[in-house]
Amino acid sequence: MSDGPDELEKNDGQRFDRLPETPADRTVEGRVSREEVLEYFADRFAIPPETFDGHTFWEKGAGKIWIYGGEAPTPVEIEAMGMTCLRTRQEHWKPTTDFAQRFGRHAEACVIELDRERARRFAAGEDQELEWDGDWGYLIAAHEVGVEVGAEDERSGDGEPVDRDALEPLGIGLYVHGELRSMVPKGRQRDL
Amino acid sequence: MEPLERYRPIVDDFEAFLAACRRPLGTAVRVNTIKTSVERATATLEEDGVEFDQADWNPRVLRLETDSPGATWASFHGFTHGQEEVSAVPPVVLDPQPGERVWDACAAPGGKATQIAALMDDEGTVVANDSNLGRISALRFNAERLGATNLAVTNADARNYSLSPFSFDEFDRALVDAPCSCEGTIRKNPDALENWSEDHIASVSGIQKGILRRAVQATTAGGTVVYSTCTFAPEENEAVVQHVLEEEDCRVLEFDLGLEHAPGLTEWDGQEFDESLERAARIYPHHNDTGGFFVAKLEVTA
Ligand SMILES: C[S@@+](CC[C@H](N)C(=O)[O-])C[C@H]1O[C@@H](n2cnc3c(N)ncnc32)[C@H](O)[C@@H]1O
Repeated sequence: MSDGPDELEKNDGQRFDRLPETPADRTVEGRVSREEVLEYFADRFAIPPETFDGHTFWEKGAGKIWIYGGEAPTPVEIEAMGMTCLRTRQEHWKPTTDFAQRFGRHAEACVIELDRERARRFAAGEDQELEWDGDWGYLIAAHEVGVEVGAEDERSGDGEPVDRDALEPLGIGLYVHGELRSMVPKGRQRDL
Repeated sequence: MEPLERYRPIVDDFEAFLAACRRPLGTAVRVNTIKTSVERATATLEEDGVEFDQADWNPRVLRLETDSPGATWASFHGFTHGQEEVSAVPPVVLDPQPGERVWDACAAPGGKATQIAALMDDEGTVVANDSNLGRISALRFNAERLGATNLAVTNADARNYSLSPFSFDEFDRALVDAPCSCEGTIRKNPDALENWSEDHIASVSGIQKGILRRAVQATTAGGTVVYSTCTFAPEENEAVVQHVLEEEDCRVLEFDLGLEHAPGLTEWDGQEFDESLERAARIYPHHNDTGGFFVAKLEVTA
């Protein structure tokens, strides 16, 4: 077997590799590019790509994408950098709850608003039946929190897409068949 | 409380000190400004129905009237992080700036490392290190929960730390929040003095000296190193700084602290320390109704 120039390397799951800029720059089999990650956040959640101008994206582990704002060479073998933000190398990419909480305020699409009781169930990790006429799949669940009393306007809290100025992301939910499934990881779930 | 008797000669109002050490400690949280503002965090706590007091010296430190600060929306969103009031002092003294390279040599579980990241507006690089792999997972969890994206985690012994994984070879600032005998945590953890011994103090002070020396070496000339412990023992505080003053190029700096405290000691048990150690701060539990802490600020001179 010859190692032709077009042959891609295998992913080394033990270290952090910075994502290539575009698919054409790819040297590792199956690795996504920064461009595709930004496209995904823009297409799915309407998060403007400039949001991430100060950040780099890295892969460690199969398909686990990390977002990092500090300095580091590539590749680098350390324990962690920034936070895991996205799971790729699977049909439906899945953002993390920590990413949604940190960057979800920039999202303009696929944000589902929950009222306090629904937010409570979501934070506890429960699934719930809910109407939503947007796309199925992974959504950012959000609710209004920490707003001055009186500043609140009328919101149905029934999963309607609304103005999100006062909305705070709770995490990622999976919406299928009239049901919102909380993807909040065990360690982040709370009984409130 | 028996081991604390040795501090009778150095603590002002020793009876008040002992009485404070016997009182359980209240709950405090730090507002995580990476994810929110102080206003929004406090509004959220109000909605949570939790009463709080803002610390005079630091508006980001809140004393809560609840035993379960984790069961709030403020905590779920990562707006607040449970952190003892005095434990928020060292990062403020370190005063890291956005864009800098900062080393937290003993970082797990990450209360101070994430506070450093927040003080830098999550810009620049915080290298959060700890030698204990078991504690690294808590550090990672907290960094992600609080949204600190400028933080990298390493697992190494800080005494012979290598910057080789990184593309730079010096830090602008370093924090050494050292492993210690934890006498000052007695209010939070009544068993803190159970395994107390002078031998333990002697052995841990050796580790502290090694870590602080490495921190001074790894920091650029003109850079800042902060040394802190949650213990009263001078062997682990002034004596460690004294050792590093003798072995490395650095000096002790004065700093402002909006909390009541006593100056560092210039002598203990027959050993004399450099006069500049008076610039260090000893925060005793009866001073501000907190845990105990020691903080010294150093400037690297070459
Ligand atoms: C006081 S705790 C640090 C608390 C932390 N700064 C915070 O604010 O959450 C001291 C830490 O030092 C770590 N440690 C002990 N010896 C060490 C060494 N030689 N190098 C690096 N870390 C060490 C311990 O595992 C422990 O996590």
